[in-house]
Amino acid sequence: MIRFLAKGLIRDRSRSLFPLLAIIITVTLVIFGIGFMEGAMNNLLQSTAVISSGHVKVVTKAYKKESTQLPNDLALFDTKNIIQTLSDMYPDYFWTPRITFGGLLDVPDEMGETKEQAPVFALGLDFFSERSRQVEIWELEKYLISGRLPKDRDDALVSTKLAKQLSVSVGSSVTLIGSTMDNAFTTYNFNIVGTFDLNKGQADRQMMLVDISGARQALDMTDAASEIFGFHNSLYYNDEEAVTIRKHFNLTYSDSIAQILRNEESYDALSYMAGWNKISNVEKRNLPRQRTNALSDNQMYDNAEEWEDLSVEDPAIFTPIMIALRDSNQLASMVDFSNVAMGVMAGIFLVIVMIVLWNMGLMNGLRRYGEFGLRLAIGESKGQVYRSMISEAVLIGFVGTLVGTILGVSLTYYVQEFGIDYSEALNQISTGTLVMTNVFYAKVTPELYYIGFIPGVLATVLGTMLAGLAIYKREMSQLFKELET
Amino acid sequence: MKSILFLFFLFSFLFPQTDQMNADNIMKAMDENLNAESRIVTSKMVVRGRRSNRTIESKSWVVGTDLAFTEYLSPPREAGTKMLKLGEKLYTYSPQTDRVIQISGHMLRQSVMGSDMSYNDMMEDRPIEELYDATIEGSAKVDGRDHWIMVLDAKVKGLSYPKRRSWVDKEYLLPIKEELYAKSGKLLKTSSLQGIKKVQGRWFPSKFVYKDELKRNSKGTEWIIDNIEFNKKIPDSRFSKALLRK
Repeated sequence: MIRFLAKGLIRDRSRSLFPLLAIIITVTLVIFGIGFMEGAMNNLLQSTAVISSGHVKVVTKAYKKESTQLPNDLALFDTKNIIQTLSDMYPDYFWTPRITFGGLLDVPDEMGETKEQAPVFALGLDFFSERSRQVEIWELEKYLISGRLPKDRDDALVSTKLAKQLSVSVGSSVTLIGSTMDNAFTTYNFNIVGTFDLNKGQADRQMMLVDISGARQALDMTDAASEIFGFHNSLYYNDEEAVTIRKHFNLTYSDSIAQILRNEESYDALSYMAGWNKISNVEKRNLPRQRTNALSDNQMYDNAEEWEDLSVEDPAIFTPIMIALRDSNQLASMVDFSNVAMGVMAGIFLVIVMIVLWNMGLMNGLRRYGEFGLRLAIGESKGQVYRSMISEAVLIGFVGTLVGTILGVSLTYYVQEFGIDYSEALNQISTGTLVMTNVFYAKVTPELYYIGFIPGVLATVLGTMLAGLAIYKREMSQLFKELET
Repeated sequence: MKSILFLFFLFSFLFPQTDQMNADNIMKAMDENLNAESRIVTSKMVVRGRRSNRTIESKSWVVGTDLAFTEYLSPPREAGTKMLKLGEKLYTYSPQTDRVIQISGHMLRQSVMGSDMSYNDMMEDRPIEELYDATIEGSAKVDGRDHWIMVLDAKVKGLSYPKRRSWVDKEYLLPIKEELYAKSGKLLKTSSLQGIKKVQGRWFPSKFVYKDELKRNSKGTEWIIDNIEFNKKIPDSRFSKALLRK
C-alpha cells in the first residue's frame, strides 16, 4: 500500500514536490532558528562564564562583598586542597584557580626608562597543570593573532588592542606595576609571547593573560587565588544544576567552616569573662555555640549599619563560598529572561510553522476534492480514502522532515563551527559584567534531531485530517451531480 | 582714665595675637623636634594585616625635605628594593625587574609596602609651619599629661590632608596624637607617637603608629625607629639615580 501511495506521490508532482519543498524549508528553518538561538544564548553565557564568572565560582565571603575592587588581600588560601575537595564533591565540573588583578603595564626604552604606560586588566590562569582546559575554553588557538601560547612562568599574552596602545609586539618585555596581596607596591617583568583578539568587543581592551604561577610570583600569592572557577565538563551552562550545587556547597562545606570559626571566636571572647574558669566543661562547650547562634540569628556579624558598636567582626569572612553564574550582577534576570524568551520564541516560531503546514495540508485536501468524489463514486469507502490521504500526509511529512532535519542540522553545525560575525554592531555593547561575543555560533543540541517532526509531520497530518473530514460530509447521492459541474 | 583705656585696647589687641603666636611657636617647636638638616634612620615597619603581620626593615638617608634615599633590608622579597625622593619626584627600584620606575599621579596614593602610609605621606614631610595655619582649640589631659589641642588648616593647595587635629604634648612639643581629615571633613587617617625619648638634645618618638581609617578593620602600621642620627654629613652621591641600581 505504502509503495502504491509513494508511486502516486512521485508521479503527481503537485501532490509531492511542493508540499515536500514547503515542509523541508520550514523544518530547516525551525531547526536552524532554534539551534541558532540556543547557540547564541550559550555563547553569551559562556563568554561571560569564561571571562568573569565561571558556571560557578568559589571565593571568600569578604572577596564577594568587595569583588568590584579586585581585592586580592581577601583571596582564597590553600587552593590546592579546596580544588581537591571541589573535584571530589562535584566530579561533573572541572575546577581551576584564577588571579584577577589590575595595575599599570610599563614599557621600557633602551635605557630602561618608561617609554609607554597603560592600565592593564590581567588574569592569571592555570595554563600549565596537567588537566588544564584553559586553552580550550578561551579558544586561544583560534584567537591567537601572533606568537605562541605561554610556556614559562613569565610569559604573557596581551590583546591586540593593548599591544597597539603600548606599541609592543611578540618579544617585548613589559613591567607590571601593581600591588601584592598585602597591598604592597610591586613590579614584575613579563615577556610578551603572543597577542590575541577574543572577538568580544571591548572586553579584552586592556587584557593580559599570564600563567597563574607568574601572577602568584608577581603578587606574592603562594597557593592563593582570587577565585576558583568551575565549569561543567560539557562546557554547557545548566542553570538549574549550577544553582543546586551552589546551594549544596554553601549549606554543607561553607556553613560548617563558618560555624567552626565563629565558635572558636566565641570561645576566645567568652574565655576573657570573669569566672570562666569556674564553670563546668559542659557549659564551656555549649556557651560559645549559644553565643555564635545568638549573634548569627540577630545578624550581628559585620552589621555596623544596624548594630553600630555592638556589631561583631565576623571571623568567618575568609570562608569559601560558591556563587553561580546567575548570581553575578544582572545575570540572574538575564538568565531567567533568556530561558523564558527562548521558550516563547521557539513556541511562536513553531506555532507559525505549524499553521503554515496545517494550511498546506488543508489546501492540498481541498484541491483534491474532485478526485475524492470520483474515488467515492467508483466504490472506495470514505474510510479508505481518508486513510490513504493521511498515509500520504505521513509519508510526505516524514520524508520532508527527514530531509529538513538533515539540512537544518547541517546548517546549524556549519554555523556552530564557523559562526556569524557581528563585530561592527556589537563592538560597543560589551561590559564588564556581560561579555558580548562578536561572532555568534549556533549549537546542535539533541532536541534539534526531533523538534522538526512536530511541525513537519504533526501539522501536515493534522491539516490533512481536518481537510479530510469533508469526505465524510459528502452524500453519495450528490456525488454525480457534483462531478457533472 | 586714658591710661586704663590704653591698657584695655592694648590687651584686647594683644591677647588674640598671643594665642596665634603660641600656636605658631608650638608648630615651630614641633618642626624643630621632628625635622633636621639631615638624618640617617634604621627602622622597622610592622604592617598589621587582616590575616597576618609583616615586618619590613629599612635604612633611610634624608637631607632636608627634598632628598631621601631608602633601602629595604628585609624580608627577602623586599630586600634590595630602593626608593629615591628628589624634590617632587619619587623613584623606586626593584632588583627583580632591574627597573627604575617613577611613582607619580594616582600611584602616589598607593600604600607603601602594604602599610597604612601612602607615598603621598612620604612626599609631604615639609615642616608643618610651611603647610598649615594653626589655632589652639583648647587643652586636655591624655594619659595624665597636659596637651594642647590644635587645629591645623592648610595654607597650601593640594595637600592630602587639608585639615588636621593634633594633641601636642606641652613638654615634649610633639603631636602625640593626630587626626587627619579630607577637605570634606572626613577622617582619613590617625597617627600617634609613642616611646618619646631625648635623642641628640631633642624629644623624638621611637614608635609612630599610623592607621588608615578608610580601610575597614585596619589594625594600623607601626613604624619603629631602631636607630636615628641627626645632622650627620651625607654625601650628595647618596641621592643619585645611578645608586638605585647598585
